[in-house]
Amino acid sequence: MSAAPRTLLEKVWQSHVVVPESASAPAVLYVDLHLIHEVTSPQAFAVLKSRGLTVRRPERTLATMDHSTPTLTAQVFGGAPIAVDSAARQVAQLENNCAEFGIELLALRHAQRGIVHVIGPELGLSQPGQTIVCGDSHTSTHGALGALAFGIGTTEVGHVFATQCLLQRQPRALAINVSGLLSAGVSAKDLILAIIGTIGVDGGTGHVIEYRGPGIRALGMEERMTVCNMSIEAGARAGMIAPDEVTYAYLAGRPRAPQGQAWERALAAWRALPSDPGARFEREVTIDAAAVEPMITYGTNPGMVMPIGGQIPVRPDDAAFARALNYMGLTPGQPLKDQKVNVVFLGSCTNARLSDLREAARLLRGRRIARGLTMLVVPGSQEVKRQAEREGLHRVFLEAGAEWRESGCSMCLGMNGDVVARGAYSVSTSNRNFEGRQGAGARTLLASPLTAAACALTGRVSDPRELL
Amino acid sequence: MQPFTRLTSRTVVLPAANIDTDQIIPARFLTTTTREGLGAQLFADWRYEVSGAPRADFALNRPEAAGCQILVTGRNFGCGSSREHAPWALIEHGFRAVISTEIADIFRSNALKNGLLPVIVEEPVSAWLLAHPGSEVSLEIGTRTLTLPSGVTASFPLEAFAQHCLLQGVDELGYLLAHAADIEAFEHRA
Repeated sequence: MSAAPRTLLEKVWQSHVVVPESASAPAVLYVDLHLIHEVTSPQAFAVLKSRGLTVRRPERTLATMDHSTPTLTAQVFGGAPIAVDSAARQVAQLENNCAEFGIELLALRHAQRGIVHVIGPELGLSQPGQTIVCGDSHTSTHGALGALAFGIGTTEVGHVFATQCLLQRQPRALAINVSGLLSAGVSAKDLILAIIGTIGVDGGTGHVIEYRGPGIRALGMEERMTVCNMSIEAGARAGMIAPDEVTYAYLAGRPRAPQGQAWERALAAWRALPSDPGARFEREVTIDAAAVEPMITYGTNPGMVMPIGGQIPVRPDDAAFARALNYMGLTPGQPLKDQKVNVVFLGSCTNARLSDLREAARLLRGRRIARGLTMLVVPGSQEVKRQAEREGLHRVFLEAGAEWRESGCSMCLGMNGDVVARGAYSVSTSNRNFEGRQGAGARTLLASPLTAAACALTGRVSDPRELL
Repeated sequence: MQPFTRLTSRTVVLPAANIDTDQIIPARFLTTTTREGLGAQLFADWRYEVSGAPRADFALNRPEAAGCQILVTGRNFGCGSSREHAPWALIEHGFRAVISTEIADIFRSNALKNGLLPVIVEEPVSAWLLAHPGSEVSLEIGTRTLTLPSGVTASFPLEAFAQHCLLQGVDELGYLLAHAADIEAFEHRA
């Protein structure tokens, strides 16, 4: 008799249950890897101090700083003070807390520092079958490696510090089957935007998404991270992709991945993780990747998205829709193509890995960005920055007229000095086009790195396929 | 936390759907290292003019909103960032409950841990509440019941453990710490 077929989610979940859930209490779930940063950890450390607690397993926690840190080289390495005073205090607080509680910190000038969701996989720390949490909703990114990875609040950061566990109910599994392959000029970012446009910004609420099918298998590891990253924009706390040869090739030889015999043992365990044939999902949705076009958002949530050549929908009786377009300074029925753009941001945990920078550089090489337009290129980590510089990508960006910065969250969220001006239009490779996200009054159009590069060249919303 | 058994209050209504945590508390206020002081920045970009003056037409700024402890909103409230600063800001402003047809997962979890009650109601109840700002509503945690001014009642889902924590005024950390032996055993097994 064989056991009932299980999903990837069920396998990872069941192997981390310390105390099973019951009618009266959630499960006690063990956390393999806890990532922390400067913004959502200080109040959790304060709870430890006030209750006289210690960090149970400090070696399972890694700290970095990314959200409020500057990206200007002078402020990171040049000895200039961090321009935002409160950010400087927050950075200092993380240094003190990590020293006091014995937690490894990749501090501001550390060679391996970067956006928390870029460095976890890059170091080989994030691995298939793990439970990974961080006080940050884009923790879903790490699910691309076959981990159960989700964002938590600061109170829960304190729970993990003190017990290495969380109280959780097992989430339901939603399968998104991606058939077909992406066309030339269409990227993983366009795919996930199309998925969010299809299921809606709350389509995944209460669920963990497993992305499956040939359209997912054909993606590289960094592209898979882009897809899982924006699961939260569909309301799902986590997105997962079963590990395969692409995953193992990505992890092999990374500094903190298992080595030697430990690697062989890990590999054997990882190969058993994919969902069994016949495993049951609560819901299933199918998307044809071949039909996806370059996508761009026009509103104030990521579900307000359309193919780049399309027209903004007309919804006369929808007050919220009208309000969103009013904020954006756009009108129902208008095309977005040729809309003037003031700022282009290439960065964030969604799209600041080496492959993203290469994609943008493919269009920018030997060309100049439009006059009057500002373009920020912010690598996802210091390692991505070094690799890009070894390939000469920084020269492509600088010669095109873009700025080349130190890594961090930067203009994805206006809290570190990098902001979009009130009323300005920003084509951004980040993940949220919420009102004010990139700065009070900023108007964000989310798109892929390739589309962002095309818009930078023309100064207008442009289809990258026409410039390739 | 203080035990939380029941609440009767007039409502403030923000009818928009998909109110994200960047609206509840914009990221530029997150360079803080404490929980305190966020109430003044709650809904900052909707609540204040660029000059800093309060916008008279924003629901929270109207005189009748003073003292209201229940916020009624459109669906999918609290989507986006996991920042617990969002419930901290709502609570410091004076809210004890949020009513919607749908509340985002992480926000809901964060709210419960701070004694802010997330109340999920069916569409007709939500529609009535959205259309009648300032109504006096009662919430009874022990029976998971919402009572409208007409006396009509509706039940709302609240998981048994969260209900217990609210009613007793205990937090989850104590419960987790009490499982230290189980955690230790798991670590040896793994």
